Amino acid sequence: MTLPAIQVCNLRKQFHRRRKRRRTDAPEAWALAGVSFEVARGDTYGLLGPNGSGKSTLIRILSTLLVADGGDVRLLGHRLPEEQARVRWLIGRVSVDAAFYKKLSTRENLLYTALLYGLDPASAERKAMHVLEQLGMEQRTFSAPLEEMSRGMQQKISIARALMINPPLLLLDEPTTGLDPKSRRDVQAFLEDLRRREGTTILLTTHDMAEAERLCARIGFLAHGRLVAEGTAEGLRRQASAATLDDAFIGLTEETAAAGDTPTGAPTDR
Amino acid sequence: MERGLRQTWAFMFRGYHLTRRYLSWVVVFNFYALTGAAAVALIGVAAHDHQLTLTLVVGALLWNFLSVLYNEIAMSIAYERWEGTLEYTFMAPVSRLVHLLGISLFALCNSIVNTTVVLGGLMLFTPLSLTGANLPGVLVVILASTLAFVGLGVMAAALPVLSPERGAEGTHIFQGSLLLVSGVYYPVDVLPTWVQPLSALSPATYTLSACRKLVGIGNPATTAERLAAAPLSAVTGELVVLVAMGFVLIPLGLWVFGRVESWAKRTGRLKRTG
Repeated sequence: MTLPAIQVCNLRKQFHRRRKRRRTDAPEAWALAGVSFEVARGDTYGLLGPNGSGKSTLIRILSTLLVADGGDVRLLGHRLPEEQARVRWLIGRVSVDAAFYKKLSTRENLLYTALLYGLDPASAERKAMHVLEQLGMEQRTFSAPLEEMSRGMQQKISIARALMINPPLLLLDEPTTGLDPKSRRDVQAFLEDLRRREGTTILLTTHDMAEAERLCARIGFLAHGRLVAEGTAEGLRRQASAATLDDAFIGLTEETAAAGDTPTGAPTDR
Repeated sequence: MERGLRQTWAFMFRGYHLTRRYLSWVVVFNFYALTGAAAVALIGVAAHDHQLTLTLVVGALLWNFLSVLYNEIAMSIAYERWEGTLEYTFMAPVSRLVHLLGISLFALCNSIVNTTVVLGGLMLFTPLSLTGANLPGVLVVILASTLAFVGLGVMAAALPVLSPERGAEGTHIFQGSLLLVSGVYYPVDVLPTWVQPLSALSPATYTLSACRKLVGIGNPATTAERLAAAPLSAVTGELVVLVAMGFVLIPLGLWVFGRVESWAKRTGRLKRTG
């Protein structure tokens, strides 16, 4: 039996706010309060939630940038954080803010990443440029500093950067936020094609319900650090007795809030 | 091996292209370093004191080299925070040793260029003659002190991981303290008694002491035309201390950085906004 690409079990994370006067740390609400889910290899899984629901915290833990307080995370069979060095070769990440050296050109930024991953710069560059062309970017823009480019163009370069390393697992944190409709459609079509062609497993966080419905085989709703519902888009609509995924999302996440389920105490083990 | 070399080169590649894009600022910083060093050296010229001029010139050059080296390494994490790329660097499959080695090599190149510019400028502003100076010996001492300053820089680089704003401020406070206690332009015995023990902890103190001997400062036989330099064997004590400091400070710097990185990953401090 093939292991799932992502296995998250009872994941917990709580941040602390520094109290200046007393010079002690005050615990905040749980950012993740016992989240569990699995994503099969080659699937696209959508994680939807209101702002502050814990989506980015979850992506950061999977990206080896944050250590969880409890629970178990395995990516392609490798446990985090113990096997983070191995996991780093297997993941590509695109975050909501396209983080680049803005004074450097597209080509220079991509070559830097290729070298950072120990890749042959020439072949890595060819691959990245191919991805950019597929995303509708013109070659003449590759030598211009990134600060001269629109947010949409920067986000496409961010996707090319993540794919340049051929990751079997792609973590996308609101990759289409702020993009114009045409760019958004380009990115969505590309991701569909990528999953079909390469079998890449994709974890996608988004606020765009239509995007989630189009791209994701399964969707999870995250609210107050808890996974409050999970299933196919159709299943979630049925569960909430809603006509649209938007309505299902609002209904199921607000239900959690109305139930006073804001996790402030320690989550129980499941 | 090839992969490690590429990863080390990545940081030099990035540094080179960023320098190219910020060239006008690089020119400004070099100009400022040159004018600052010349202004200090001219104090000796005005006093018609060749030994004083030489002391100030050696102090200005060495401090320039060591401070640029330290600053470039110490601020590398702060720069990444400002650019917003820190998370991408930290999630790349590159060991922290290779990461900091790449940054240190670029810093070394940068400080060599900067010091060469300052030396060239000082030649124009002061009647400087290095005839008789033990320059190979000076290079050996600088190489030894580079190790210790890389260690200090790596340790200081951890500060912006702890706190984005305060960390960058802390690296400058530490740099300023080194300048004060190391006796860059004066002998450390003119410092207040309670400060003097601190000078023994600074690698710059030993670097300056050794280099002064190797260019003939303090030697009565030194004249304006010919320096009476000491042989390398005369600075064995300083060299041993510098090498020992390097051997302690580099692993210690990596250890401190690793601990701080782990703490940042537990508390969420790697986040772009801090």
